[in-house]
Amino acid sequence: MTALDLKDAESFPSRRDEDWKYTDVRRHLRAAPEPSPAVGVHGAGPFFELGGEGLTFVNGAPLGVDHFTAFGDQVVRLRFVSDATGTGHGATATVGVRPGGHLTLLESHEGHGSGYVAHNRLIIQVPSQARVERIVLVDEPEDVISVTQAEVTLGEGGAFSQTVLTTGAKLQRIETRLKHPGHGAVVRIDGAYSLSDKRHADLTTEVDHVGADGLTDQLTKGVVRGEARGVFQGRIIVREGADGTDARMGHHALITSERGEVDAKPELEIYADDVSCAHGNTVGALDESALFYMEQRGLPTDEARALLTEAFLMQVVDRIGHEGARERARAWLTERL
Amino acid sequence: MLSISNLSVTVADKPILKGLTLDVPAGEVHAIMGPNGAGKSTLGYALAGRPGYEVTGGEASWRGEDLLGLEPAERAAEGLYLSFQYPVEIPGVPALTFVRAAINAQRKARGEAEMTATEFLKAARAAASALKMDFDMLKRPLNVGFSGGEKKRMEVLQMALLQPSMLILDETDSGLDIDALKVVADGVNALRSPDRSMLVITHYQRLLDYIKPDRVHVLAGGRIVASGGPELALELEAEGYDKFLPEAA
Repeated sequence: MTALDLKDAESFPSRRDEDWKYTDVRRHLRAAPEPSPAVGVHGAGPFFELGGEGLTFVNGAPLGVDHFTAFGDQVVRLRFVSDATGTGHGATATVGVRPGGHLTLLESHEGHGSGYVAHNRLIIQVPSQARVERIVLVDEPEDVISVTQAEVTLGEGGAFSQTVLTTGAKLQRIETRLKHPGHGAVVRIDGAYSLSDKRHADLTTEVDHVGADGLTDQLTKGVVRGEARGVFQGRIIVREGADGTDARMGHHALITSERGEVDAKPELEIYADDVSCAHGNTVGALDESALFYMEQRGLPTDEARALLTEAFLMQVVDRIGHEGARERARAWLTERL
Repeated sequence: MLSISNLSVTVADKPILKGLTLDVPAGEVHAIMGPNGAGKSTLGYALAGRPGYEVTGGEASWRGEDLLGLEPAERAAEGLYLSFQYPVEIPGVPALTFVRAAINAQRKARGEAEMTATEFLKAARAAASALKMDFDMLKRPLNVGFSGGEKKRMEVLQMALLQPSMLILDETDSGLDIDALKVVADGVNALRSPDRSMLVITHYQRLLDYIKPDRVHVLAGGRIVASGGPELALELEAEGYDKFLPEAA
């Protein structure tokens, strides 16, 4: 498959592409959309209060530079703002950090308007002994199509952590691909989706262990209501020679309605010896005995359900390392439950 | 007064309670004893409104208010408290957060002002101390990883904070060693008062040495088949339940 290019309808993936089986772009988008107009920026973004440097794209156009390299210990707010109706746009941003540095990447996808198509690409460079923590909040209208693709390169002894929180869209895919060099490098790659109505969110990740003794820890959780659809595709590859790899993947989803759907495809491909890999995948309803217990103590049904759902998803938020971002993410998600 | 009249309950279409009649006047503690499978826990769940426990006949009221038409949370706000035989683990919800939410939900339902965080913490510290519980445990998710004894203390701690008027204790002694049993019983006894009633469900007489009942009832085959004073419990302990079992069994 050729890389997705909004200008070329031939490049739109469909369910015939195994990796896009549950997120059929071609079905929803027959032709290349007209380009989105250049517009001004809205608001200050959900991470404004946490300070740091800003890197902003509006309808695909950078306000200033389109790349950033952090020195020492820095916070960067990366904003992908969409403000369009029925048109399409995309951008490619590059962020990195110097060896030994520490970057907190606070990324937001802020959607205004309706019916737009967004395709944003992100290249993240984490060299040896550097650390990057990426926290992504995705808030888009219910009738838009958006695809976000991140490529992460990680050096030996480096650390990359990621937490994606999303409420979905008409068709939404958030994809992260990472080559894991092992040798002391550590990866945490988490996500949570909270979907209502007819929304769709697809969290796809691929972690490719090419060096020995790499560590990967993945936790994705989701709640699906109404006719919404959650998709989790997690692939962990352990190449020949990547001995001593320790990889854990968990995906757990709640479906709270008759017509909600969750498609989960956890994959472990192991070609090395002496590895420790595990995955767990559960899809179910809220625990009825817990609900009754809570109601017996006086919590009305809706409140009990909300408290249980919130607690379920917050286990993902609790793993965010940056304290300010963690509390911001917690508040953001609470407002959207 | 708790008044139960001719109550019939089915679980998965199987009749469990078959016309149970029982009154517990205000201020009294009544024990329900009976063999396994007699319907003791079903009585507690049916009064609390657990889904799946279908009332097919009869009535139950508390202080004149019909309980059976109310949602579980409404029954709780009316003062009904069921202490679970197996308290449920609530992952991700700290015990303190949960209990405060429960208190304020009940207060809201009754049209009362919410308890402030300061008032609540003070009350929670006092209750934990009385039950010899480490206060830090209350910051952990409710019942998750708690031992059997800790879960039962947690049930009594919630009683102390929620101050219900009608308590149903379902096998509160199960899983407790003798020291824990004394602590839990002291906690329950501290709640005895002229305007509070208790229904103590137990298989063994042991608990009744510590929580002394005014009346003892024998539940067998879905009905109350005998009632008496505290001496009835001793008689059951000595002679067993055989003479109360339905002949068909």
